[in-house]
Amino acid sequence: MNLYELTLHDARDLLDKKEISARDLTLAVLNRIETVDEQVGAYITVAKESALAQADAADRIMAEGNPSPLTGIPLAVKDVMCTQGVRTTCASRMLENFIPPYDAAVITRLKAADAVLVGKTNMDEFAMGSSNEHSGFHLTRNPWDFTRIPGGSSGGSAAAVSADMCIAALGSDTGGSIRQPASHCGVVGMKPTYGRVSRYGLVAFASSLDQIGPLVKDVTDCAILMSAVAGYDAKDSTSVPVEVPDYTAALREGLKGFRIGLPKEYFETEGVDPEVMAAIRNAVDSIQGLGAEVVEVSLPRSEHVVAVYYLIAPSEASSNLARFDGVKYGYRDKEQTTLMEMYRSTRSQGFGSEVQRRIILGTYALSAGYYDAYYGKASQVRTLIMEDFRTAFEACDAILAPVAPSPAFKIGEKTDDPLTMYLSDIFTLSANLAGIPGMSVPCGFSGAGLPIGLQILGSHFQEEILLRVAYNFEQATDFHTRKPAL
Amino acid sequence: MKITEEEVLYVADLARLDLDAAAVERFAEQIGTILDYMDKLNEVDTRGVRPTSHAIFLNNAFREDREPAHLDRKAALANAPEKEGGSFSVPKVVG
Repeated sequence: MNLYELTLHDARDLLDKKEISARDLTLAVLNRIETVDEQVGAYITVAKESALAQADAADRIMAEGNPSPLTGIPLAVKDVMCTQGVRTTCASRMLENFIPPYDAAVITRLKAADAVLVGKTNMDEFAMGSSNEHSGFHLTRNPWDFTRIPGGSSGGSAAAVSADMCIAALGSDTGGSIRQPASHCGVVGMKPTYGRVSRYGLVAFASSLDQIGPLVKDVTDCAILMSAVAGYDAKDSTSVPVEVPDYTAALREGLKGFRIGLPKEYFETEGVDPEVMAAIRNAVDSIQGLGAEVVEVSLPRSEHVVAVYYLIAPSEASSNLARFDGVKYGYRDKEQTTLMEMYRSTRSQGFGSEVQRRIILGTYALSAGYYDAYYGKASQVRTLIMEDFRTAFEACDAILAPVAPSPAFKIGEKTDDPLTMYLSDIFTLSANLAGIPGMSVPCGFSGAGLPIGLQILGSHFQEEILLRVAYNFEQATDFHTRKPAL
Repeated sequence: MKITEEEVLYVADLARLDLDAAAVERFAEQIGTILDYMDKLNEVDTRGVRPTSHAIFLNNAFREDREPAHLDRKAALANAPEKEGGSFSVPKVVG
């Protein structure tokens, strides 16, 4: 087996037994990137020199004993999290040369755990998109089929994990941006509860929805990485001081007496690919076979989720992105002679078309005369969506659902039709609106050989419940062991 | 059409964006289609429903009123497109 193919926990075992060094592992991953990333396009920046320095430091720490679960593990980070001294672009021309003067809280945690940061991954610009086609730099291709999208907006992180160009990765999820690419690339992804992982140093898209989480090769790795990044942070005023359990311990519990909820509206949704539905049904049967009880639940506002999300998220984005004005950092059009012309020209040249579209939509939804009809109304329906979940979780411990209505679509298939692109997010948006945790685990393949993910949703701060369902399912199946042919 | 080209231009002005004629036309059409879809929300009875701006209940996050660690001036200016005399420099504001 090639070292770059290792899961995080298998790499840990080999490092701890001193069969491999962090330098061996990091070099294997860097070589893998050199070999395949020209085709895949998962990375924006590869931090080769600092990665090797971190690997050598990790080897010294391991020689002294006392490694952390992440010591010497090569990780990739979506290019939306600030890394001190390493360019952080958000895949935008606006931040093409931005070198953050500080680390995001999650990066501080990874560095304190002596992990190796291999590089920064491609994404839709400012995390706005479901396909990585809105990157300001280059496309990322799905490692399972280069004519298809990897999903988005954490498509680079998902593709890097899938193509073994890192051992594990972090992404961010505002409306499905971890779960949907995880599903399309055949890897495991988790969006934690809102407030579970610090957003300090995560470049803001929609502040009430954004959350950082793992993209990994299996569920055990998800538990390990979650344990490393979760927890209260005083620097994020929306971080919640709730104790973080031992996520790896949750994996050992079975599913006897467990109640699985199936939202009837999800299974009645039109336009879902029959192969996706069949894979989800099979997964439900497997989980039932492991001792779980299946109950029907209802999420009556499901059909309004897309409308609510695509008013709230662009509204918050239009406000957050006001900071990119060419004054303190980032791109500036230096040709302009007045401040107002400089603002306008800088923003028009620095932002891509999807970002501009969302800024205009959000500004409109917040503007005088339309606020009540759009943003206000959406915020009220959001309350009802949260109540739907609260009621559903009285009858079940976790909800199972599709992640995306189809396997990965073709590059270029939906770029001319934003609404159709938005509608493909129907199953993932509600977790962000309600602030609950959600996960994608591989649960099958289409006839064309494309991965399909199963979504698991739980109540606030119940990540361990999701991991328990996912782990039991994973142990009973072999979907997570398959790799794309590269 | 849900949003006119004039309204797109007005909103772009609020958002400090310059759009060319083709972009105005395209955004009016695309955002119009999106806003038509948003009419679905009128089906939902929200009388008496409180709006949600955050999914997790949080009290105010207070800290001690002491100066925390912060960037020094050099680091804060390191990414500035233009700087002068230890400050950010911008084009003239008034004519």
